[in-house]
Amino acid sequence: MSSSSSLASEISQAQTGALSAIAGASDAATLRAVQADLAGKKSALTVLRSQLGKIQDADERKSAGQAINACAQIIEVAISERMSLLLAGERAQQVASEAMDLSEFVSAKRRGSTHIVTQATQRLEDVFIGLGFQVAEGPEVETDFYNFEALNMPKTHPARSEFDTMFIEPASADQEPNSVLLRTHTSPVQIRVMQTWKPPIYAVMPGRVFRRDTPDATHMPVFHQIEGIVVDKGITFAHLAGIIEAFTKAFFGNEFTSRLRPSFFPFTEPSAEFDIRRANGAWIELGGCGMMHPNVLRAGGIDPDEYTGFAFGFGIDRMAKERHNVEDIREMYTNDLRFLRQFS
Amino acid sequence: MKILHSWLNEFADFGNDVDAIADRITQLGLAVESVDRVGTPVKGVVTARVLRLEKHPDAAKVTRVYVDAGDGVERHVWCGATNMQADDIVPLATLGTNMPDGRVITQRGILGIDSEGMLCSGTEIGLSSDGSGLLILPKGTALGQDVYEALGVDSDVVFDLDVTRNRPDCTGYLGVARDLAAGMGKQLTLPKVDQSSTGKSLTVPVDISAPERCSRFTVQVMSGITVTQSPDWIARRLARAGMRSINNVVDVSNLVNLELNQPNHAYDFDSVKDGFIVRLARSGEQFTTLDSVERTLSSGDLLICSAQDKPVGIAGIMGGLHSEVTDTTTSIAVEIAYFEPDAVRATSTRLALRTEASLRFERGVDPYGAEFAVARFAELLRITCPGLVVHAGATDARTDALPAQVRTTPVRLNTIKRVLGIDVTAKALEDLIAPIGFTIVKSATDEVVNVGIPSWRNDCTSEIDIVEEVARHFGYDNLGKIVPTSPVHGRLSDVQRRRRILREIVVSLGASEAMPNPFLAPGDLAKVGLSEDNALKLANPLVAEESVLRTSLVPGMLKSIAYNQSHRIRDISLFEIGHVYPQGKEILPDEFESLCIMVAGADASVAMDLWSQVSSALGVGAQLSQDQPPAGYHATRSAQLKRGKMVLGSVGEIDPTVLANAGIVGRVASLEVNLSVVLSEVPKPQSAQVVSKYPSSDFDLAFVVANSVPAANMVKALRQAGGNLLIDVALFDIYRGKGVSEDARSLAYRLRLQAPDRTLTDVEVSEVRAKCIAAAEKLGATLRG
Repeated sequence: MSSSSSLASEISQAQTGALSAIAGASDAATLRAVQADLAGKKSALTVLRSQLGKIQDADERKSAGQAINACAQIIEVAISERMSLLLAGERAQQVASEAMDLSEFVSAKRRGSTHIVTQATQRLEDVFIGLGFQVAEGPEVETDFYNFEALNMPKTHPARSEFDTMFIEPASADQEPNSVLLRTHTSPVQIRVMQTWKPPIYAVMPGRVFRRDTPDATHMPVFHQIEGIVVDKGITFAHLAGIIEAFTKAFFGNEFTSRLRPSFFPFTEPSAEFDIRRANGAWIELGGCGMMHPNVLRAGGIDPDEYTGFAFGFGIDRMAKERHNVEDIREMYTNDLRFLRQFS
Repeated sequence: MKILHSWLNEFADFGNDVDAIADRITQLGLAVESVDRVGTPVKGVVTARVLRLEKHPDAAKVTRVYVDAGDGVERHVWCGATNMQADDIVPLATLGTNMPDGRVITQRGILGIDSEGMLCSGTEIGLSSDGSGLLILPKGTALGQDVYEALGVDSDVVFDLDVTRNRPDCTGYLGVARDLAAGMGKQLTLPKVDQSSTGKSLTVPVDISAPERCSRFTVQVMSGITVTQSPDWIARRLARAGMRSINNVVDVSNLVNLELNQPNHAYDFDSVKDGFIVRLARSGEQFTTLDSVERTLSSGDLLICSAQDKPVGIAGIMGGLHSEVTDTTTSIAVEIAYFEPDAVRATSTRLALRTEASLRFERGVDPYGAEFAVARFAELLRITCPGLVVHAGATDARTDALPAQVRTTPVRLNTIKRVLGIDVTAKALEDLIAPIGFTIVKSATDEVVNVGIPSWRNDCTSEIDIVEEVARHFGYDNLGKIVPTSPVHGRLSDVQRRRRILREIVVSLGASEAMPNPFLAPGDLAKVGLSEDNALKLANPLVAEESVLRTSLVPGMLKSIAYNQSHRIRDISLFEIGHVYPQGKEILPDEFESLCIMVAGADASVAMDLWSQVSSALGVGAQLSQDQPPAGYHATRSAQLKRGKMVLGSVGEIDPTVLANAGIVGRVASLEVNLSVVLSEVPKPQSAQVVSKYPSSDFDLAFVVANSVPAANMVKALRQAGGNLLIDVALFDIYRGKGVSEDARSLAYRLRLQAPDRTLTDVEVSEVRAKCIAAAEKLGATLRG
């Protein structure tokens, strides 16, 4: 009995000693040392535990063991709580001591920018992709056949003179003059697409085109167009007007509407100019369009008695110019970084 | 084409709603580019009589004119004109008048002598196009009247139409009016004509020796003519159409041309009475046209000659100096012919001579309009020549090449439905196109209708042309709007998608997209170390400095860098994605798409970093070959990007000489990649590798390696030696300097080993380490201690 009561007091002493050491640890490192000491062979509790075997009475030994375990648990909890407290304090101190002025680190390394013509092209492509079109491309140096002949402009066609074509010098004496040229429009791609794809064709063709035009505020000899074609069974003029209207709303906004009015192009018939109207009622001329001429379909290897189609096209540079209020189109091609970087 | 509202209304009652008329004309396909009001009276301009003229000794160029504006008060006016004399009646702009050009008339004169107003020319007050002297009003005009009232001038409206090439009929009033009357549901009234021919028969023989080029040539002789001034309303009409009034005969000729779209020519009868010869010019033949310019002709030009073979005109373009109507002419021969359009255009283009006649002939005039036009000529000329005699025996020479008066084309009603989406019966078709002169010749079947094309519509030849006429007169707006449901999956192709990814990567690397001119000056390619032999040349460049097509993006990019440097712009980093056009073996060049990124003030390491980003983003690789530096690049700081023999691009620094030629200061890092190759190389989907659950082991190896051994070879050797267990090798330090010989450097690598199925033992790790060291030593590397 006396031995058990002395054991109880020893446990109580060990607990008091341990708790006082824990409370006295002023930082995490000290606490860890205290923790190690308490778990070590020389700690009071370890010693007491080692003496348990000497207790003869099984019940007494069991209750002593339970008392030691309870004490150990109390110590463990105390360490854990103290450790949390100390670590929190230390981290708070660390955070307080290592302040950074983030504005010192505004990156000097800037992101570049895509050209506004590229941006306009991609926006246009995306609108037409949403309407179920694919995107086609073709060469910029073209043959007379693709640029004119296949587009219902045979050799003597008067409309040819309106294109201000730039021709490539023949590579050899036996090459016919003016048979190779810089494409004056993206329309040659229509023919290439019809020759290689099969209807139904829904395609837009953006790209660089060339005209022998002296540069001024609204013209460049090198500029960009996008055109589209739809070739399928049952395609009518109403579908052309529908696509123009859907495009107008998707690209410019719901408050815009479109209209078609008769015009003339050799490659379409009936032909139309298409205008868009702002909410304020002002009409803006945008581009040309029409039902594909039977001769053009034939040149693309498509039977005009089986299929019908329409085509439309307009300039991309003007879209970029007007979206960003660029006064002079030549500014877009100086490649001045002060200009280019505005539009990232 | 300028169309006067008042004149147009003579053809039908189109009303006075000018905006509605303009709108309707536009909807019919003749875009109205402007609507201008003319002849709006200038308030304060009154009729005045010249009392006397005086000169001032100190003012030789001006005259002192004393006038009476009807109130009996003598007013003094300074005047710069010289065509007036006493008793002439002239317009006087009184003090305070606001002139159309913005001037306000004040008393201020010259030499300290006041002016009580200003005397006006016709142009100054918008009444004529003649600004050479004062406008002289008819004798007997009441004084002090408003000039516009005195002349009976009405204000008018001028529609300026953009007539497209497919409307040869609309360069004249009749064609516009016919379309508009049909479009507005109005009755078309043809102009009054005088079809009587009286007097003795006078025939002018015509010999056409170029029957394909001139398929009709008519000559009508008229006599009893007094050449005089036209009445004011004719002069004004011509002025508002942009023409000058010459005399009554020439003016009538011009009116007929404008009204009926029928160019015609009035010769002095005596100079052509023996006949006409229509023949091709002799190469080098000289001819002086009406504008006093001597023209050298070629054998493709068509001439109209007198019976003596003396040229009197270039067919369809312009007459000569010596057969014109003069003040003493009393008889004329009126020629109306049909010339082949393409050839007129060719001559007109070659001579750079565009006239009211050539404009019409080259589009194609009505080959059957001659009779009506001659009758209209007579009707209009009789206004000033009441004694006009129209002689019988008019010549009408025709050749086999004359187009048929009515050409026909079968039209399938189903084609109208297929193209326009509307059901049109034969009757509805007729209702739509009969008002503009088309006829339904006969219905071949219920489904096919033979349509007769009017002779003035040479642009119409086939079914689809008729479909367009139907669409125009049905109204584009009435054809509906249906958004088709595309059965195609709208998307970018793999190449296009990868190009967009590439652009994003390059932009995030700090480069901005440039679009330099693809045209180069001769020598530009040589300046960057490239040959010009495979470059295409433009046959007709705008300027010689832009006559060569680029075979590389480098010249344009260097120009852009130099431009930016010269404008003191920092951190220059540019890229371009564009086509280059080297000549190949085919008729078209070996055109391909290229990427070029350039960073100013950066060395080859930056270029390599660009390549590693670009190649990993696109999932494409290439060997670096420094053995043959790319043309125009720094010989020891650049590499070709190769795949076997194929060159995919270049990486490194631009050659210092090239930079000096371009005026660029500092280094330029550059990367060029052939996108036509790499964008189309879509990587296959990666198969997933199981990530090992077992620990990895790292060790470092530093070697002294001769400069002649590329680091790439070291990595390759280490990878081979490490085998499957080596999962990563990174070059983390390069050192040159003390402790390392001058022709070598120290390369330090960190290697990581890991097995998929077990923890590696120390023995295994040391075995791999030893193999790696051995492999490096084979390349002449020595392990640093």
